[in-house]
Amino acid sequence: MRFQTIEELVTLGEQENKSIADLMIEEQSSETGRTPTEEFSQMKDLYGVMKNAVRKGLTEDTTSKNGLTGKDAQRVRHYTASHDPIAGEHAAKAMTYALAVSEVNASMGKIVATPTAGSCGVIPGVFVSAQERHQWPDEKMVQGLFCAGALGYVIANNSFVSGAEGGCQAEIGSAVGMAAGAIAELNDASPREVSHAVGMSLKNMLGLICDPVAGLVEVPCIVRNGFGAVTALTAADMARAGMKSVIPADEVITTMFDIGNAMSSDYKETARGGLAQTPTGKAMMDNIFGRG
Amino acid sequence: MKFKDVFSIIGPAMVGPSSSHTAGAVRLGRIARQLFGKQPEKAAVTFYGSFAETYQGHGTDIAVAGGLLNFDTDDKKIPNSLNIAKNNGINLIFSKETGSHLHPNTARLCLSAASRHLNVTGSSIGGGNVQIVNINGFDVSFTGLYPTLVITYRDRPGMVAEISGLLWEKQVNISHMEVDRKGRSGEAMMVMEIDDPLPEEVVSKIGSVSGTESVRKVDITKGVLS
Repeated sequence: MRFQTIEELVTLGEQENKSIADLMIEEQSSETGRTPTEEFSQMKDLYGVMKNAVRKGLTEDTTSKNGLTGKDAQRVRHYTASHDPIAGEHAAKAMTYALAVSEVNASMGKIVATPTAGSCGVIPGVFVSAQERHQWPDEKMVQGLFCAGALGYVIANNSFVSGAEGGCQAEIGSAVGMAAGAIAELNDASPREVSHAVGMSLKNMLGLICDPVAGLVEVPCIVRNGFGAVTALTAADMARAGMKSVIPADEVITTMFDIGNAMSSDYKETARGGLAQTPTGKAMMDNIFGRG
Repeated sequence: MKFKDVFSIIGPAMVGPSSSHTAGAVRLGRIARQLFGKQPEKAAVTFYGSFAETYQGHGTDIAVAGGLLNFDTDDKKIPNSLNIAKNNGINLIFSKETGSHLHPNTARLCLSAASRHLNVTGSSIGGGNVQIVNINGFDVSFTGLYPTLVITYRDRPGMVAEISGLLWEKQVNISHMEVDRKGRSGEAMMVMEIDDPLPEEVVSKIGSVSGTESVRKVDITKGVLS
């Protein structure tokens, strides 16, 4: 790949007058030796899996094996059908779809890791709701996934994307940064504006710990996917409005890495800290595994 | 770079609930199965770090069993893989240990059948991506994102040249390569990540190079890069 940082990505985009999505497709193709059409087709299959997961989460029983979570997306959808949602229609839909995919994941259904399974709801939530809103074709959404992938590639190689290494900031945080940049570009943001969307949204996620109750990818992971989708939308709006990430995106990514390294392992997916160790969290763990 | 392409970020398509603990664990099991060359009779799996703390909640044991059955990450049979493995005669034993020097999501798989044994240690580094770090005491480092050849042999001058020559004859490019040995002229291991799937005839040619003890082809790239 010709880029390892967000700044290099922006510079390439500006110099060659290309979107981040187009750059990623070219770079991917030269990395694998396959044609851009083949790369595109593989990504299109993945988008199909995402859309299917949204549908499944809204229509099928998503109660998890342990019964801890499930069908919240359907509750929210039912509510938004009969009420004017407080967050507004579009944000509520992104949130609902993100919850849906995340619940499919928790119930061992099929999803796409974006970048991880714990954060698999954010990008489909933002993408599928935006597609419905604007009646965009699948091809445009698949372009957007290459943009998200380019941003995630930089984040993953300069920081981390697993809760076990960097806490939830690395999972939901990375997904939010990727979704924010990609939805901005889908709405005609320049590469520079995309970088500000990434920087601002990631800043909002710094320090978030990974504290899954009973070690399950359910509480608080599912709701964080719903919140993550909405955060991505707000960051994209800030960037499109001309707001700048005062701390450049690359420095925010490095900061995420430093914070993750300084974080106690109790807060990195081990269920030894945070919400997992609350009285309720511990009682749930005892119920499920008979241990504390 | 730890993450080499766009589909290591957007992807894999997988059965939930955790990319590190489910998809990554499937891949660790699957790579071990392919290194073993056939279905094992017994698999003793030790979990470390976060794997040890939360493997039941994430279904890591189920996922490793699915990998040992050679399932891909999105195989709908994964949720039933403990039963399928049992019915296929795989005796699975899971345990946990501490090992603070290791990556937080690490597993050691000890596979056996009759007189054959294989020890594989690997880590799940996020987003379903894995890194194999040790095979039978040899330090290695490969991801399974590319078709991979793992060769054990008796160390001697010319071994690397002969084997890479066989790949060159078929115009197969080596993208990453490493060798490790237990002593001069002793047991050695060569790992080669290659850009394209390898024709079977090359594998058997490598197998007949003087000093070669075993050749294993690992290819979990379906749905990854091809």
